[in-house]
Amino acid sequence: MSGSASDNTVQPASFAFTAENLAKAKAAIAKYPPGRQRSAVMPILDIAQRQEGWLPLAAMNAVAEMLDLAPIRVYEVATFYTMFQLKPVGKVHMQVCTNLPCMLRGSDEIVETCKRELGVGLGETTADGKFTLSEVECLGACVNAPVIWIGDDYYEDLDADSTRKIIAQLKAGEMPNAGSQTGRKGAAPIGGPTTLKTIAGGEA
Amino acid sequence: MPKLTIDGREVEVAAGTTILQAADYLGIEIPRFCYHERLAIAGNCRMCLVDVEKSPKPVASCAMPVAEGMVVHTDTPQIKKARGGVLEFLLINHPLDCPICDQGGECDLQDEVMAYGFDRGRYHENKRAVKDKDFGPLVKTTMTRCIHCTRCVRFITEVAGVPELGATGRGENLEIGTYVEKALSSELSGNIVDLCPVGALTSKPYAFMARPWELKKTESIDVFDALGANIRVDTRGNAVMRVLPRLNDDVNEEWLGDKSRFAVDGLLRQRLDRPYLRKDGKLQPISWSEALAAIAAKVKGLGGAKLAAIAGDMADCEAMTALKDLFGKLDSPNLDCRQDGAKLGGSPRASYLFNSTVAGIEDADVLLLIGTNPRVEAPVLNARIRKRYLKGGFSVAAVGPKANLTYKHEYLGDQTAILSAIADGSHPFAAVLKAAKKPMLILGQGALARVDGDILLGLARKIAETTGMVADGWNGFNVLHLAAARVGGLDLGFLPGAGGRDVEGILAGAEKGEISVVYLLGADEIDMSRLGKAFVIYQGHHGDAGAHRADVVLPGAAYTEKDATYVNTEGRVQRTNLAVFPPGEAKEDWKILRALSEAMNKVLPYDTLGKLRARMAEVNPLFAGINAIAPASWGSFGADGVPAADPLASPVDNYYMTDPISRASRTMAECTARFVGCAHKRTGTNG
Repeated sequence: MSGSASDNTVQPASFAFTAENLAKAKAAIAKYPPGRQRSAVMPILDIAQRQEGWLPLAAMNAVAEMLDLAPIRVYEVATFYTMFQLKPVGKVHMQVCTNLPCMLRGSDEIVETCKRELGVGLGETTADGKFTLSEVECLGACVNAPVIWIGDDYYEDLDADSTRKIIAQLKAGEMPNAGSQTGRKGAAPIGGPTTLKTIAGGEA
Repeated sequence: MPKLTIDGREVEVAAGTTILQAADYLGIEIPRFCYHERLAIAGNCRMCLVDVEKSPKPVASCAMPVAEGMVVHTDTPQIKKARGGVLEFLLINHPLDCPICDQGGECDLQDEVMAYGFDRGRYHENKRAVKDKDFGPLVKTTMTRCIHCTRCVRFITEVAGVPELGATGRGENLEIGTYVEKALSSELSGNIVDLCPVGALTSKPYAFMARPWELKKTESIDVFDALGANIRVDTRGNAVMRVLPRLNDDVNEEWLGDKSRFAVDGLLRQRLDRPYLRKDGKLQPISWSEALAAIAAKVKGLGGAKLAAIAGDMADCEAMTALKDLFGKLDSPNLDCRQDGAKLGGSPRASYLFNSTVAGIEDADVLLLIGTNPRVEAPVLNARIRKRYLKGGFSVAAVGPKANLTYKHEYLGDQTAILSAIADGSHPFAAVLKAAKKPMLILGQGALARVDGDILLGLARKIAETTGMVADGWNGFNVLHLAAARVGGLDLGFLPGAGGRDVEGILAGAEKGEISVVYLLGADEIDMSRLGKAFVIYQGHHGDAGAHRADVVLPGAAYTEKDATYVNTEGRVQRTNLAVFPPGEAKEDWKILRALSEAMNKVLPYDTLGKLRARMAEVNPLFAGINAIAPASWGSFGADGVPAADPLASPVDNYYMTDPISRASRTMAECTARFVGCAHKRTGTNG
């Protein structure tokens, strides 16, 4: 769990930013006044996670050194936020929301579909290491429930069929279209707008 | 200054004071778990809720600054209910294991439950369980009991300056720990046991040993370093169960080093509990009268020049006075209390004191450390330096051992030539010192206990004088001692008399056969192999190096077993109190010397502690003023010359074992095994 790092995770011995990511990290630090570099801890952890796919201890230690922080201060931040992955995850991390609005709109079915299609349970990674399925708390997209979050995108208004389609596309190495899977625009009412039809973008 | 009313009582406090502090000032009790006056305010336990008029909700008083005209109520039924609710939440995951918890009887949570607790639990779900952490051989963890007040995290980060503890995870999964499993590497880690308001952090060596109500509490003084921390010795029967710090803002605030706290199990091991005499090469038990008679017979007829006495690092002033007077009667000038050969002593007194005082560190703005690593030589004093450092506007530089101090400092090197350069103004740091308003330096025994110690002392004086450290109302020249007995010995003049030998001279004389009898008053840190064929009398409490070499062993009392006077590195005269009686036939040290004087027919003119203390005040009037500090006058001291090129080092390489008691302690042996190997590797990383 989050209390200590001493589980079975195999930790790489070292970590180094790529030149490109190092430049990004430096740019993140430069956004804050001198002496306040620790404020950049979350963006830099995010850069490290994007580079490695997850956050190994070595990366957290490197970030601590970079920001002149005690390593424990970085661990505190990284363990607080569920978006930081402290264990390796698959290339595609499917995070299914199961909070109340999603559940009412059928997230149980979505979870079941994912489990069936991927052949893994919640919190598990497929044997080929490509997919990880997790359950997450509210993603704040209740109006488009149920929702799966993959990479930087939300896949909304799901049902079993569209979920299967998305997984099939991902398995084939394609990138499915993000957003609502029923074709509605943003959070507009199903069946198109009922008010303000005349203004630009009012039409569904 | 804002004026407010708390429970109908008006009080005026400085702006920025919190409601809780104002209430404390009035003596109104507000329960708290996370708030601690010496730590940053966290405001996360919510136990200190109070009612503030015109505020819609109860307010956490520890984090709320007072405002003009505030009307606060701390004892309304609504507040009692609110606190009861907070407590009920704290208890949701707190186990009901008080009967097997070491905190029982001195637990803040237990106490508050007595005041605010609900009479039954309304929570039927499972309590969460948290895996215990390994914090090393000193602190035992039962993390299931933790209520997440974060006092330990704040102490380790702020005061100890070794940020290793943190709160990881969140919500239900929040845990206090190091995340990456490791032992706390602070020399002050024992203090988190005191700070923990529940039984999550308890003392590992003291685990299941005693209940607080069984203990007799005796106020005393610590002797494991020269700081003279104020302590409370808790005893049961005739055993010291534990040592806790006592409040003294001028000395140790309320902290205590780990050695001072945990080495006391050494008081029960390796003790000398009856006199011994070496017969046929082996120490054989004998009676007191035989032992004293044997010494008297040996000394009889020998001239004073053939006798010598060395006082050890834990010798008390009473015993040193008696021994000095006895040697005076024997016409021997060969006395020394400086086992390590430190080039200190004589006048002026300012030359061997921590003149700016420990509390005075907080007024300084620049600090130069010379030949010292205060983190291991006096960890509580080091915490005071860190406290000053955290306030800002404080620069520290070190000439001497490269140490992992707990504050940022400029490391100038370990070459003595740097000191010469600072003294003549050619080193850039001299300008920093000169520009400072209240500069100070701390001169360690690593610089003084060398052949050229007097030259380095002279250089330090020159640095102090040329950079304006000695001014009206401020003296920034400080000597940090290692031995609790040292300043007392110097104040009593336990030093070579006219034509007398110092430690080096005594050892050289014993080797050559010029010294026939050596009296060791708890002196174990000298090279015993150099005592040659001399007849060695060892008076002390532990079977250490001295007793091993001795021809006669006189069992004395350890610091917890006598009413004794010690003078700390600042020159503060403090007294220990007898907490337990010396074991077996061991006696208080001055009484042994008084009895010996009678056996020698050189009777010392005092037979009560009161008369002896009157004699001490006669030798040096300072001993009449207990707990007080008298500013010492300045003068010329030290020698001129060019110091040797040897690098400056700290004399302490293992903080956990520096004296006969800590060497006999099992706990300290565990700490040594656990920390000292890696401590060497750590040295030099940034602090």
